[in-house]
Amino acid sequence: MITYIIKRLIQAVFILLLLTFIVYGVMRFVPGDPLLMYLGATDIQALSPEALDQARQELGLDQGILVQYFKWLGNVFQGDWGKSFHFKADVLLLISQRMPVTIYLGVLAFFFSSTIGISLGIIAAVRRGKWADTVATLAANTAITIPIFWLGIIMILIFGVSLGWLPIAGFTSPFDDFWLSTKKLIMPVICLMIGSMGSNARLTRTSMLEVIRQDYIRTAWSKGLKERVIILKHALKNSLIPVITVMGLQVRFIFGGAVLIEQVFAIPGMGRLLVDATFGKDYMVVQGCVLVIGIIVVLTNLIVDISYGWLDPRVRYD
Amino acid sequence: MKQRRKRQEKFMEERPPMSGWRRFARVFFGRKVVLFGLIVLALYVLIAIFADLIAPYDYKQINLQQVLAQPSGEHLLGTDTAGRDVLSRLIYGIRPTLIVGSATILIAAVCGTILGLIAGYFGGWIQTIIMRCIDALMGFPMLLLALVIAAVLGGGMKNIIIALGVASIPTFARVMCAQTLIIKENDYIIAGRSLGFTNWHLMWNHIVPNAFPPLVILATMNIGMVILMEAGLSFLGIGIQAPDAAWGSMVSAGYNRLTSNPMLSVAPGIAIMLIVFSLNMVGDGLRDAVDPRLRGTL
Amino acid sequence: MALLTVENLKTYFHTDFGLVKAVDGVSYEINEKEIIGIVGESGCGKSVSQLSTLQLITSPPGQIVDGKVIFEGRDLLQFSANGSEMRSIRGGQIAIIFQEPMTSLNPTLSVFQQIGEMLELHLKMDKEMQRKHSIELLKQVGIPDAERRIDDYPHQFSGGMRQRVMIAMALSCNPKILIADEPTTAVDVTTQAQLLALMQNLVNQYNTSLIIVTHNLGVVARYAERIYVMYAGRIVESGTCDDIFNQPKHPYTIGLLKCVPRLDEAEGTKLVPIEGLPPNLINMPSTCAFLPRCPYSIDKCREEVWPPLKRVNGQYVSCYVDTRR
Ligand SMILES: Nc1ncnc2c1ncn2[C@@H]1O[C@H](COP(=O)(O)OP(=O)(O)OP(=O)(O)O)[C@@H](O)[C@H]1O
Ligand SMILES: [Mg+2]
Repeated sequence: MITYIIKRLIQAVFILLLLTFIVYGVMRFVPGDPLLMYLGATDIQALSPEALDQARQELGLDQGILVQYFKWLGNVFQGDWGKSFHFKADVLLLISQRMPVTIYLGVLAFFFSSTIGISLGIIAAVRRGKWADTVATLAANTAITIPIFWLGIIMILIFGVSLGWLPIAGFTSPFDDFWLSTKKLIMPVICLMIGSMGSNARLTRTSMLEVIRQDYIRTAWSKGLKERVIILKHALKNSLIPVITVMGLQVRFIFGGAVLIEQVFAIPGMGRLLVDATFGKDYMVVQGCVLVIGIIVVLTNLIVDISYGWLDPRVRYD
Repeated sequence: MKQRRKRQEKFMEERPPMSGWRRFARVFFGRKVVLFGLIVLALYVLIAIFADLIAPYDYKQINLQQVLAQPSGEHLLGTDTAGRDVLSRLIYGIRPTLIVGSATILIAAVCGTILGLIAGYFGGWIQTIIMRCIDALMGFPMLLLALVIAAVLGGGMKNIIIALGVASIPTFARVMCAQTLIIKENDYIIAGRSLGFTNWHLMWNHIVPNAFPPLVILATMNIGMVILMEAGLSFLGIGIQAPDAAWGSMVSAGYNRLTSNPMLSVAPGIAIMLIVFSLNMVGDGLRDAVDPRLRGTL
Repeated sequence: MALLTVENLKTYFHTDFGLVKAVDGVSYEINEKEIIGIVGESGCGKSVSQLSTLQLITSPPGQIVDGKVIFEGRDLLQFSANGSEMRSIRGGQIAIIFQEPMTSLNPTLSVFQQIGEMLELHLKMDKEMQRKHSIELLKQVGIPDAERRIDDYPHQFSGGMRQRVMIAMALSCNPKILIADEPTTAVDVTTQAQLLALMQNLVNQYNTSLIIVTHNLGVVARYAERIYVMYAGRIVESGTCDDIFNQPKHPYTIGLLKCVPRLDEAEGTKLVPIEGLPPNLINMPSTCAFLPRCPYSIDKCREEVWPPLKRVNGQYVSCYVDTRR
């Protein structure tokens, strides 16, 4: 088990290196001066050609891309993630301010998308062909088709503007004012979770239908157990195995959605930081965000793989 | 177990003959949602083709006398901030949506299939290198990947297609690699190798055709997602921008007029949902009609 | 009065290809402490008839169309399928062992969890008692090192061992009837004999009646007191074990016996398989289903409907032909 985790961690590090390198490489394709990766366009105009040359040399821009990449990497390990010329701040500091907001949002969305999605899937499978199935399946199929930024706008229109029930934008830390913070989060979290909820529900339904045809479920019925026990104790664990597999992917999904939702609800999180940085060609920030998001996604995947063993005793880690 | 399977096979053999196509048609067209999806898709395609005839106005025509008109007999869905007819823009918006959706999937499917095929067929370090790169891309949200790529390339339809296409490659590469690994174990491939057929011949004539059905299904099921991502990028302001009509940027443009002119944002959103829903349902239907066993994997 | 009487049971499946009359008017009975055998080729409806008595048929596509299952004076088919009366009978009064040991145990629950839940349900035991009792049961069915193995998962056992676990589970609540649905098809011959002997032992010890379902007449010969022979969803012959083996009357039974090796016959007697395939249960003709394969058929067989069971010297046979001639 321990060796398995260590092996997976080494693999994870490798994947992260590859990911950051790919993004680094992509950004080097930016047409124009590679200095743009470190300085804003206005800064460059302000400097004399000699000063620019010197800057290039200092930054190692005259060297190969691999050298530069590893230089960046070495700095990252020393806690120097570069400077954002756009925000005039240290990248690590920026990220550490924005990160918690997105993680809080994401964790809530992940939690609700799993619990509600899986429950919907179970209900649909158990009541297959009945009206509850029709409703749940239709809801799930609709959920995966809604453009979430649009849903956000519609919700703002209805619950924020027309009914005036919920605040329409911004973020308050739950430690400052829990109630206000929750009220502000209701709509963003719903938007963020809706897609994953739909796909969780669809997947749970399919896999549950597959499981309840199995011989061991017939055995369970032959023991005289109640339907509830059979579904929850005998069928659920087995049918969650394929659902858990894609949960790692859901994290990706939710992060992608956060970019849109933070924009709609004006939430100061990583997603907005990344969008602003991308548009402002603030590449050091982009690079930092990619690294952090990559770490989170890769780690969740690791956790998912480990939780397999708990669900399925047949899995062996070696 | 074996006996049961034998019995089932016997059962299938002795049943009244029903050709593959008939079974396919029965499952595929037997569902109301699939029919609904097909009809909507057909309508969208027709409208896109005959947009010039159907649209009541020129979708780029700015009319400063008629800015932000409410829906009326003259402008069924009102006009936007530049006085352009919203309905006409909605109608013309189908074109970029369908083009981006299909072109992206084509790029992703072709590149992903080739990568997955090579990785799965040759195995060993080739597979390791390719699939690790794919894993690395999978470690990052698709939308964000597309965003970064699009930001580097700049907006516009062509660049959006490339950005989304690259971001979608991993899905196809993975499925293709898995399929290849399965198919390659078949006796006829092993026999083919010992008979001295070239790798190229075996890959192209035997593996690709066998892996085709799941790939087509995967493609259908992913167009919807691509359309959603394209809308997201346009919403963020990096996709297709005004005066060209893209639904995502139309939603975004209406955002500031939400209270006075809700239709500006509401209408394009519904247009997106309809097409994505239809595509998903047709994809599901295809999957279940071709091979219900794929349900767990796609 | 028999312990369990099944009367005119009919179970049909609605499939894409038509109506499958898997069980079409089956009657049999079993007395207390009796061992009976139900024998027939693969697909003749043995399992479906057994599942129907406990209302374990999944519906759709299956449906119990007609019949009675009288157990201790009550008709089980009158109970709602998953209602509390039916549930207290399942596992508690009538237990069943399925034919696929590899897939009949839940892969994600330990053996203890799977046996224990029955003890909790039917005998209201607490966890500690459950554990003690489960270990006891595993020892009885011959699982070595039961104290330790009890927390193992099914995949850690071999096929024969899993079937032993199934037997332990089925007998755990001391049922009145144990249905063993081809308990030995998936294991090798030695294990087969061991398992059957074990079951015989245990049912004697627990005073349980046993229904052995099998496609192999040889398997039941040593254990069953009476035998029912099934063909295409119906009983075609029944009688005591001796009668069936010594004076089979239905052409199908005669055919079956020809493919069983016997000790009391001269060496060199050929084993002859029955010609042809079992019928497709969809759109069956109203004439005798065995007709296409029957070497004894006469014109009457082709003209009249499938004959009902009729008594011949203490046996019941459904055939127009007197095969003794
Ligand atoms: N769920 C089902 N749907 C459709 N047909 C079914 C179903 N279950 C059983 N049948 C049909 O009912 C018939 C009897 O099946 P059953 O399982 O009782 O056979 P069996 O006598 O137990 O055979 P075996 O020795 O192989 O176990 C078969 O022809 C089978 O095709
Ligand atoms: Mg059977």
